[in-house]
Amino acid sequence: MKAQELKQYAWAAMFLAASLASYLMGFRPGISVYSNFLDFFIEMLTFIPFLFILVGLFDVWFPKESIEKHIGPESGIKGIGLVILLAMLQAGPLYGAFPVAYLLYKKGASTKNIFIYLGAFSCLKIPMLGIEIGYLGIKFTILRTLISLPLFIFIGYIMEKILGKEFKVNELEASSASK
Amino acid sequence: MLNNAVLFIAVTCLSLILSFIFDRRKTIQGVRKGLKMFFGMAPPFINILILVSVLLYLIPEEVILRYLGPESGLTGFFMAAIVGSITLIPGLISYPLAAALLKQGATYAVVAVFMTTLMMVGVVTLPLEIKYFGKKAAILRNFLNLFAALIIGVLMGWLM
Repeated sequence: MKAQELKQYAWAAMFLAASLASYLMGFRPGISVYSNFLDFFIEMLTFIPFLFILVGLFDVWFPKESIEKHIGPESGIKGIGLVILLAMLQAGPLYGAFPVAYLLYKKGASTKNIFIYLGAFSCLKIPMLGIEIGYLGIKFTILRTLISLPLFIFIGYIMEKILGKEFKVNELEASSASK
Repeated sequence: MLNNAVLFIAVTCLSLILSFIFDRRKTIQGVRKGLKMFFGMAPPFINILILVSVLLYLIPEEVILRYLGPESGLTGFFMAAIVGSITLIPGLISYPLAAALLKQGATYAVVAVFMTTLMMVGVVTLPLEIKYFGKKAAILRNFLNLFAALIIGVLMGWLM
């Protein structure tokens, strides 16, 4: 386990060695790449650790399960609000949301709310919003969020309108799809 | 960048203090959880930063400007939308990349449409999505999301 953890840093170690060699031999491109990297690395350190501490705290205080159990067939603002909130607390890529969509379907969530959940999952996850603020600024993040929100709610309505009652979510082997 | 750091540190400290007042054990548990997540993502993240640093050196600013900058026009915009729809880049990786592209002269519209299609449209994962939702629903969802992403890109370019 320990050796495997160290192995993850193999590229970083090689890069550092190459950078050091570039400095010693005055190899310009190497120095230039390293200074690029240093800028990125410092930028990352200025906010990512704090962001993860925040996400950890959030996880402890607002567990997903507490919202999940309230999700049901109710529509209207409350139903929409709940699925959006649930989506915001998630992390990971969009395909990780498909098994949750099945769960929502099983619990009787409407087609509209399932797709609103997917929309919120793709662009309103709290950890991702944090990273977005860090890299692209708070103005960008707020604007993008405000523009996206009505659009994916609207998409939810269209999906329900077109798919109607026939829509169903299939269960797959959870192990292969979710992580 | 400095403003951001101040913002994140301030919010984190405030949350820590509040959380600590209400529940010490929960706070420690939360911080542990967060740090564990941080150290879990650090190695692949650092590798990506290395890769982006090398790419930025190899790809001259003029090239990024020409293909993703203001002169790229509709071609650049749609190219970004197509690349964003097809590729599967995790957010953690795409954000530093997007910030670097902006610094090198890419427009907000291009970056916004690239980020949004990355997040909302998944061509690679479409077969998986079809298994869950059926062909009609999966294709429709991706199509509508692509359309939404284009709107978001245009509006962001206009507003930023």
